[in-house]
Amino acid sequence: MNAPTPHTAHATRGKPIAFVSAEALRERVHEAINDDHLRSSFRGAMDFLMAKRAAQFPDESELVSLRSLSEAIRQYSLSKLPDLLEQLEANLTRNGVHVHWAETPDEANAIMLDIARRHQAKLIVKGKSMVSEEIEFNHAMEAAGIGALESDMGEYIVQLAGEKPSHIIMPAIHKTKEQIARLFAEKVPGVDYTDNVDALIQIGRQVLREKFEQAEIGLSGVNFAVAETGTLCLVENEGNGRMCTTVPKVHIAITGIEKVVEKLEHVAPLYSILTRSATGQAVSTYFNLISGPRKADEKDGPQEVHLVLLDNGRSQAYADEQLRKTLQCIRCGACMNHCPVYTRIGGHAYGTTYPGPIGKIVSPHMMGLEQTHLLPTLSTLCGACGEVCPVKIPIPELLVRLRGEAQSAPHPHPAMVGQGAGYRPLVSFVWRLWARIYAQPGAYRAFTWLASRFRALTPSRQSGWTVARTPLKPAPKRLRDMVRERV
Amino acid sequence: MSARDRILAKLRANAPQIPLPVPTPQLDAHYAARDRQESTLDRLARFRTGIESFHADVHVTLEESWPELLARLCAEKGVSSLLYGAATPAGQRLDAAAFAANGTALRPWAGQVEDIKADLFHKVDAGFTQARGAIAETGTLILWPSPAEPRTLSLVPPIHFVLLDAATIHPTFFDALRAENWAGGLPTNALLVSGPSKTADIQQTLAYGAHGPKELIVLVTTREGAAQ
Ligand code: SF4
Repeated sequence: MNAPTPHTAHATRGKPIAFVSAEALRERVHEAINDDHLRSSFRGAMDFLMAKRAAQFPDESELVSLRSLSEAIRQYSLSKLPDLLEQLEANLTRNGVHVHWAETPDEANAIMLDIARRHQAKLIVKGKSMVSEEIEFNHAMEAAGIGALESDMGEYIVQLAGEKPSHIIMPAIHKTKEQIARLFAEKVPGVDYTDNVDALIQIGRQVLREKFEQAEIGLSGVNFAVAETGTLCLVENEGNGRMCTTVPKVHIAITGIEKVVEKLEHVAPLYSILTRSATGQAVSTYFNLISGPRKADEKDGPQEVHLVLLDNGRSQAYADEQLRKTLQCIRCGACMNHCPVYTRIGGHAYGTTYPGPIGKIVSPHMMGLEQTHLLPTLSTLCGACGEVCPVKIPIPELLVRLRGEAQSAPHPHPAMVGQGAGYRPLVSFVWRLWARIYAQPGAYRAFTWLASRFRALTPSRQSGWTVARTPLKPAPKRLRDMVRERV
Repeated sequence: MSARDRILAKLRANAPQIPLPVPTPQLDAHYAARDRQESTLDRLARFRTGIESFHADVHVTLEESWPELLARLCAEKGVSSLLYGAATPAGQRLDAAAFAANGTALRPWAGQVEDIKADLFHKVDAGFTQARGAIAETGTLILWPSPAEPRTLSLVPPIHFVLLDAATIHPTFFDALRAENWAGGLPTNALLVSGPSKTADIQQTLAYGAHGPKELIVLVTTREGAAQ
């Protein structure tokens, strides 16, 4: 399995994503919880998105049917994944698209750098792509002296601020319009302060139009890749995705290997449930189906199209029946919109490319459990994520599984890189002891008798528990004694 | 061994013990249960409500009179140059003199995009294309750009005019791609378009005119005397 790849060497944009230690994670969460501005802005934004999603599913029976269908399509596609990838490659190649495979982020960046160098590219304009964030594409290009400019308005704002996206669908959700107004006034030449949203968007439009015109290469993600036709599908509202995939002479698309579906018709229900779950839109402004480069008789479109298929730990999730469900994800972000923990701490505290519930179940495969073993514990297991997930990923179940993987004693053939990274022998011993006591009525009775008798001895500081809670103390009377007194 | 072979080998070697085959997804069952059996006019009405909710303008007209309507709309919007594909059936019906009388210069697309890129980005006010069809459920246009009607026509100019025949409106996206057998042959680039470009990336406030057209104007033609 691939080890997490260090990217610290070229960390020029925000903090590098790949190395947030468990201790640092605790600190970040703590900071986020104490940030009042963040709390109110995320609360408001998530309430808004939840209401919009709910309004898209007035007919419960349609939602039930569409969710089951979407789950079935994703599971069916995954069941044939290696075959579908080969079919996709064959059809794309026939259509004139160059297909590349990368096991690690470094391999993917090297492939794209090579393409950029061949075209002597100075500027790459980017449509929204979380996979490009996952591999720290911008750093890799900057290190090689090639500009990589985000063109999705939210991503552009975040890049201008030297930050990372805090939400997979709405990258700048943590920023107010006043903050963005100050940012533009400071960073965009010739722009005066305005906090009028329309005016701000027009500023972004002007700046980026020039770049679409100049850039040699456009980069995009992929929402669905269709094996039977060799087609890449992109969902967007702004038109920047179309610009990036249409105007520059080279288009590079990058995607995780799990995004493939067999038939073109499979994208119809997935597309519908994606936009409705994500932002509560019946449909996005654009759905862009790309099946090849400009043909001899065509007048526009890129002359060269490339697709980079990235593994980066996905094949590890694939190998286990339960963990494989992680790959059903269509990246709608509904799980984060409905997550009480995400709403409290925001997207940056997680320190991973993908925050929120999906981030907690997918990052351990991408980065290994050494670095991510605390992530699955950032959850109340309330179950909201699993209930809204359009492809029915049992996220809470997977969180419990990953907690187990992180705590289990290291195993000779681990299912996951970094298994047992959170293992502490004493804690494990205490839990095993407790399990024994709890399983035997005699032992349990003796234990509770002792506990209520010696309750005065319970310490007032109880490790992690008392950081934010009052100490636990056994009751003076056991439940069984109280019951006995009543009868 | 290449990265490709290693990835495929990993996927195959580690294929878990999931009982195969996983059942084929039943799309027909889902969509058939929601079939509305509606008339062309009802479909048009649904399409219209949908796309208007995304801030597109819709004008319904009789088949014979759309070129006139287009010239008038161009004048109203102050379009001084309209770029279009002259070789399409719709393009052939545009009369330069009629547009010139209203102050709009008709500009047929000529050459490769590289030849006209600067004009396309800075001079052209509006683009005109045909729609292949539409989707009633969501208020969505289907565009299949072609050599005669390049894809940037519907993307770069600030205003996009689209001609749609009401008879080509399908109930759902699924119905459209099934009925027309899209899987049997797609163009290099096919598009679904629902309104002018927009974004809500600043404080969830919706703003139109992000990177694509700021205005989308749909001319729907009917043969049933339903013009309004
Ligand atoms: S896990 Fe489900 S809810 Fe979360 S982003 Fe993926 S598809 Fe959406």
